[in-house]
Amino acid sequence: MKVAATLNVNGISYPVDLDPGTNLLTAVRDVVGLTGSKEGCDDSECGACMMLLDGQPVNACSYLALQAEGSAITTVEGLADGDTLAPLQAAFLDLGGVQCGFCTPGMLVSATALLADNPDPTEDEVRIGLSGNLCRCTGYDGIVKAVLSVAGSS
Amino acid sequence: MSVQTFTTASTVEEAIAAVAAGARPVAGGTDLVVGARTGKSTMPESVVAIHRVAELHGVESLADGGLRLGALASHAEIAASGDVRKRFTALSDASAIVGSHATRAQGTVGGNLMNASPAMETGGPLVVLGATATLRSPSGTRSVAVEDLWTGPGKTSAAADELLVGVEIPAPAAGTGSAYLRLEYRRQMEIAVVGASAAVAVADGVVTEARVAMTALSATIRRIPEAEATLIGSDGGSAAIDAAGAAVAAASTPISDVRGSADYRRAMAAVIAGRAIETALSRAREENA
Ligand SMILES: Cc1cc2nc3c(=O)[nH]c(=O)nc-3n(C[C@H](O)[C@H](O)[C@H](O)COP(=O)(O)OP(=O)(O)OC[C@H]3O[C@@H](n4cnc5c(N)ncnc54)[C@H](O)[C@@H]3O)c2cc1C
Ligand code: FES
Ligand code: FES
Repeated sequence: MKVAATLNVNGISYPVDLDPGTNLLTAVRDVVGLTGSKEGCDDSECGACMMLLDGQPVNACSYLALQAEGSAITTVEGLADGDTLAPLQAAFLDLGGVQCGFCTPGMLVSATALLADNPDPTEDEVRIGLSGNLCRCTGYDGIVKAVLSVAGSS
Repeated sequence: MSVQTFTTASTVEEAIAAVAAGARPVAGGTDLVVGARTGKSTMPESVVAIHRVAELHGVESLADGGLRLGALASHAEIAASGDVRKRFTALSDASAIVGSHATRAQGTVGGNLMNASPAMETGGPLVVLGATATLRSPSGTRSVAVEDLWTGPGKTSAAADELLVGVEIPAPAAGTGSAYLRLEYRRQMEIAVVGASAAVAVADGVVTEARVAMTALSATIRRIPEAEATLIGSDGGSAAIDAAGAAVAAASTPISDVRGSADYRRAMAAVIAGRAIETALSRAREENA
């Protein structure tokens, strides 16, 4: 039986009807219709689905969507200000943090949480902070440089 | 997933009533939901989300010098607590290395304990720190020593209608230091191949109290009294530490799996136990200084 709920994604409330077992990633991609967050592994290994729940990172593929009701959900679509990219997004583009782009939404969301927690991390702290996000293209170097380039600037 | 019924509890009473009616509690879901997605288990038909229950949150320093953790205290909160870092250091060591940033943000100490994995991070530290778990059901509240909470891999002594509401750690004796460390193949997103926890008290250069517990070395996390006995009354020098490590290896009953053979685990148990004891001792000496 479907359950009626409201999910607040990037500041907008979406009424949704969900099977109780639906994961947050499916709810946001297929029901809300925001497809920026990706599904890589579907079991908390890769971080492609990373979202924020009240500012804290969550592997949305493995989180019950109904548990997110009442929280502010942030996806990659919520990072830019209209058409103006967030500094972190611009840095990913400038410094080679993006190749195929599949990991990028999750990387950006994790990096946003990392910098909110620790605005001026060391390189080591960036690498540890992003260890739940896998990238098979960049070798991580461009990603780490991009995060460090905006660190300490806020 | 085949969840048929999902409710969100807003009070402990609601959570307990739901559990008593057969619902499975979900806190961060990082074991329950992830286990179902990897195919290790299936989702329960009836689930009660407890993550909004305010009374189950919090990391609280008590007036008597003890510490109370709500069942929902997240690994991130525990790792960020200065008091845990200073006085209950082994627990801080453990919570800080659980999974990834996201795992620590969502995963709770209650879920870690009730999932009852012999490789869980917070179990060993809570055992050596002498913690008790508080369980509540419609028929009342009871306390159980954390080391008596587990009966086997994935199995606890909690009754089906009991909810873990919190964990209490008593005030450590003066001059106590503690440490947890695990043998790992990479620094993050790792499961302990072998883990060791130690809590020791030192007075006038002599070890007056010692508790050592091993993780991922037997069906449940457990203390190794033979190792503790070699430390108590000693000067905590390298001979005593080596003897404790040997006692740990002798008492271990590890499994062989993809992460390590039984022989390798037994050999590494001595090394990791020795390092945990050494770290705990040096922290205890700093307390004395
Ligand atoms: C990528 C990844 C990495 C991980 N790394 C580690 C690691 O390094 N070390 C480690 O120890 N663990 C690790 N884990 C496992 C997990 O994150 C932890 O065990 C976590 O603490 C579980 O907490 P939770 O709140 O998410 O539990 P949940 O999944 O919500 O619950 C786990 C179990 O406990 C029961 N339960 C939960 N709360 C209560 C309660 N209050 N009373 C009664 N029963 C309850 C549930 O019904 C369920 O059976 C990892 C998991 C993932 C996905
Ligand atoms: S899709 Fe969620 S962690 Fe990989
Ligand atoms: S850019 Fe392709 S996976 Fe990271």
